[in-house]
Amino acid sequence: MVKLRRTMMYVTGNNPANIMEAHLYGSDSIMFDLEDSVSLKEKDSARFLVYNALKTMDYGNVETVVRINGLDTQFGRDDLEAMVRAQPDIIRLPKTETKQDIIDVDNMIGEIEKQIGLEVGSTKIMAAVESPLGVMNAYEIATASKRLVAIAIGAEDFVTNMKTTRSPEGIELLAARSNLLMAARAAGIYALDTVYTNIKDDDGFMDEVKLIKQLGFDGKSVIHPRQIGMVHKIYTPTEKEIRNAVRVVGAIKEAESKGSGVIALDGKMIDGPVVDRAYRVLELAKASGVYKEEEQND
Amino acid sequence: MEIKKVGVAGTVESSDINIVIEPSDKKGIEIELQSTVMKQFGRQIKNLIEETLKSEGVESAVVRATDKGAIDFVIKARALTALYRAAEINEYSWEA
Amino acid sequence: MTKNGVGREIPSYIEGIGQIKPYESPFSVIPEGNKAGAKLKRPLPHKNKLIDSIEEAVIKTGLKDGMTISFHHHFRNGDYIVNMVMDVIAKLGIKDIRIAPSSLGTCHGPLVEHIKNGVITRIESSGIREPLGTAISEGILPNPVILRSHGGRARAIESGEVKIDVAFLGVPACDDYGNANGFSGRSACGSLGYAMVDAKYADQVVLITDNLVTYPCLPASINQTQVDYVVKVDEVGDPKGIVSGAVRNTSNPKDLLIAENAVKAIMASGYFKDGFSYQTGAAGSSLAVTGFLREKMIDQNIKGSFGLGGITSQLVQLLDEGLMEGLFDTQCFDLVAAESLGKNPKHFEVDAGFYANAHNSGCLVNNLDILMLGALEIDTDFNVNVISKSDGYISQAVGGHQDTAAGAKLAVILAPLVRSRNPIIVDKVTTVCTPGETIDVVVTDYGIAVNPLRKDLIENFNKAGLKTYTINELKDIAEKLTGKPDKIEFDDKIVGIVEYRDGSVIDVIRKVK
Repeated sequence: MVKLRRTMMYVTGNNPANIMEAHLYGSDSIMFDLEDSVSLKEKDSARFLVYNALKTMDYGNVETVVRINGLDTQFGRDDLEAMVRAQPDIIRLPKTETKQDIIDVDNMIGEIEKQIGLEVGSTKIMAAVESPLGVMNAYEIATASKRLVAIAIGAEDFVTNMKTTRSPEGIELLAARSNLLMAARAAGIYALDTVYTNIKDDDGFMDEVKLIKQLGFDGKSVIHPRQIGMVHKIYTPTEKEIRNAVRVVGAIKEAESKGSGVIALDGKMIDGPVVDRAYRVLELAKASGVYKEEEQND
Repeated sequence: MEIKKVGVAGTVESSDINIVIEPSDKKGIEIELQSTVMKQFGRQIKNLIEETLKSEGVESAVVRATDKGAIDFVIKARALTALYRAAEINEYSWEA
Repeated sequence: MTKNGVGREIPSYIEGIGQIKPYESPFSVIPEGNKAGAKLKRPLPHKNKLIDSIEEAVIKTGLKDGMTISFHHHFRNGDYIVNMVMDVIAKLGIKDIRIAPSSLGTCHGPLVEHIKNGVITRIESSGIREPLGTAISEGILPNPVILRSHGGRARAIESGEVKIDVAFLGVPACDDYGNANGFSGRSACGSLGYAMVDAKYADQVVLITDNLVTYPCLPASINQTQVDYVVKVDEVGDPKGIVSGAVRNTSNPKDLLIAENAVKAIMASGYFKDGFSYQTGAAGSSLAVTGFLREKMIDQNIKGSFGLGGITSQLVQLLDEGLMEGLFDTQCFDLVAAESLGKNPKHFEVDAGFYANAHNSGCLVNNLDILMLGALEIDTDFNVNVISKSDGYISQAVGGHQDTAAGAKLAVILAPLVRSRNPIIVDKVTTVCTPGETIDVVVTDYGIAVNPLRKDLIENFNKAGLKTYTINELKDIAEKLTGKPDKIEFDDKIVGIVEYRDGSVIDVIRKVK
C-alpha cells in the first residue's frame, strides 16, 4: 500500500480543542506544532499538552507529526526528549540547512531510543527546508538519515531571504520547489509543499495546489480544515486514469498468475514506473472515495 | 517537590482548564474548582489534579482551577505545567 | 408509577397537574370530541378598540386571580411584552396566574420575581431558558411546569385542554381595529404563526404594537374578528434581539464537518429526489446543510416541493431560485425571511396548528420528507433530549422537535459527539423529549449512526458505501474521550412534565439536588 500525504494540517500545540479534534477533518496527516505557533512563554505547556495527547488520544488512521523547535534553540532538546517517548508517527525538524542538522538529530534520537529500549532507527523524521542554503543542500539533507521519510518546503522565510515576496503565480518559488522535489525523488522520499496562508482565497489556493501537483509534490501543508477537501479534490484521479490503472494492475495479476516475469498490456510491455504510477493512482482514487477495491472483480 | 512560587497554566477557552498552584503552609493539597461540568465531572477533575500532584511528590499546595470542559489529558498537562512552573523545575522525566 | 413507552417511570397522579396519561407510542392516542373556541361576543358598530395602556387592557379584560394568559415568542430574545404585561399584573395585585406562552427566552428572567411573589403559579411553555429554567429546576414554582411542543401546544389549545382567558400578543404592525401582521415596522418578526392560534382560541385578545398603521392593516395575519383591544406602546421589543438581518452561514469547521456528514446521509438515503420536502433549524450545522443541498440540487437538477418551519434566508433563496415550489412559515429567523413572507405569496404564513397539531385533519409535518434537528443528548435507544442540560437543569425548548420527527420520512439529528466534555450520546438521556422510534439517523463529527428500526435506510447507506457506526459504538467513542460522568442527583419532587405532542406524558423532570 502506498502511504498518502496529500494534506498535513497544522495544529497549534497549545490549543486543547484543536488537538482533540484535528484528526476528524480528513487530512492524511496532522502536525502538532511546538515551534512558530507557540509563544516562547508557552513552550513548556505546549510540550506537556502534545505529549499527553499523544499518550492518550486515539487518532485512528491519521498520521501524527510533531514539529519540534530547532536544536539551536533552548527548547529543541526537551522537545525531542519528550516526543521520541510520546512516539508520534513522525518528528518534523524546522529550518534545516545542512546534512549535519539531520545527523545531529539522528544521533540524539538514537541515544534516546537506546535509553528507552526502542530499536534504533525506528523513529521517523521529516525535515523542513526554509532557506536558500537549505534548498541548495536539499539532496544532502534528503539522504542524511535513514529515518527521513519526507522533506517539506517552508516558503515564508525563504522568500524573505530571497529578497522577494510570494506571488499568486509562485514564480519566485519555482526553482526552490523544483530543487527540493528533485532531491526528494532522487532520495526516494516524499516531498511536501508549503502552506497557503490566505484561508479565504479559495481560487488562489486551488491554483497553487494544481501547480504543485503538476510539479510532482505528494501533497501540501494546510492551515485550516476547509483547505483539506480542496486539495483532495485536485489530487483525485480522473476516471480515465483510474480505468487505465485498473487495467495495468489487472495485467500485473495476470502475469503473476502465469508466473511470467514480463508484464504486457495491449501487446506492449509495462515497466516499473508505469506499475508504480498505477498503484499510486488507485490509492489516491480509493482515498478520494471514487474507487473501491472490489470493483476490480466486476 | 516543593512549590516555590505561584505557577499558572492553561486558559479559560473552551475545552481548556486554567490551573493556579500556590505554596501552602498547611499539609495537604487543597483544591478549589470552578467548572462548567461541575456536577458531572467536578469530583473526577479534583481527583485527577490531586493524583497528578501527588505522583510528583507534592505534599502541600493550594490549587485554584477554572475548567471549561477540559478532558483528562488536558487537565493532566495543565496541572504538570503549572506545577513545574511553581516549583521552578525545567527537567521533567518523560516516560516512554 | 408505570413505565411509559420510552421506559420512563411516570406517576399516575402528579400534585398540581392531576391524572397522568403515560406516553405509549407516536400515534397511539386517538382523540375524541370537537375543537374548542373563543367566547361569543357582541361588539357594537363604530366603536374604537384602541386603549391607552397595558394597565387599562388588563383591567378591561377583567383579568382575575387564577386565570390563564398567553404570549407568543416571535420576538424571541428581544421581547418586551411578557415582562411589561407581568409587571402591570403584579402592580394590580393579581395573583395565581397561569402563563401559557408559546416559548420563553433568556430575556424573561424577571419572571422569577413574579413567581416568588405568587403572581405566577403555573407555567406552560415550549421552552424555558436560564435564569428561569435554573430557578424552576431548583423548585421555585409551586406547580410543575408543563413543556409542550409547538404542535402539542396548538393541540392543547384547539382541543380546549388549555383555555386561555386573555392573550397578550405583541404585533409589529396593527390598525386600531385589530388587523395585524408581522412583516413591517421597526419590530418586524415575519410570521405570527404561533400567535395566530392564541388569536383564534383565546377568550379575549389584546394586541400590543409599537407601529399603529392606518386602517386596514393588510394583509392581516391576525384579524379584527379575533381582537378585543389594541394598545400602542413605545417599543414591543429590541429589534436586535428579534431577528438578525440574515442568519449567517457558519464558518465553524466542526459545524461544517457535521453538515457535510449529514449531506452524505441525505444523498445516500434515497429521499433526495424531485419533489422532496425539507425542514431545518437555524443552528450552525443544520443551516449549513441547506447551503450544501442547494449545490447538490443545482448539480443534479433536482427541484424540491416545499420548505417548512422556521424560515431563514437560505430557504428563501431556494424559493427565489425556483428550487422549491413553496415555503410554509410559522416563524422567521431573519429579516430576509420576514420580507419575503410579506411579498411572495408562495412563501406562506401558517399557524402552529396547520404546522404541527397531530389532532386535526392533517398538519404539514405529515408531508415532510427530510428533516434536520439538533439535540442536547441522544441515548442508545435514539431518544432525544432538547430541554435539560446534562447537569439536570431546564435550559432549552421542545420546539417542533417531536412534531417534525414524528412526521418526517428521514429525521436526522445533528450534534457534536462531545460538548464541553459532556458526551452527547449516552445510555439514558437526562430528559426524553422525542421518542427514539421517530428518529432515523444521528450525524456527529465522529460519524453516523442509523436507527436499527430503519433496515431500509441501513441498506441504502450500505449500497452507497457510506460508513456508519452503531449508536453504541459512537457512545463508546464519546465516553473514551470524556470519561463517564457522575450520576446527577435529583430530589423526588417533580418540577416539570414533558408532554408528547398527543398530550400523553413522555417524561418528568425532577428537582435538582
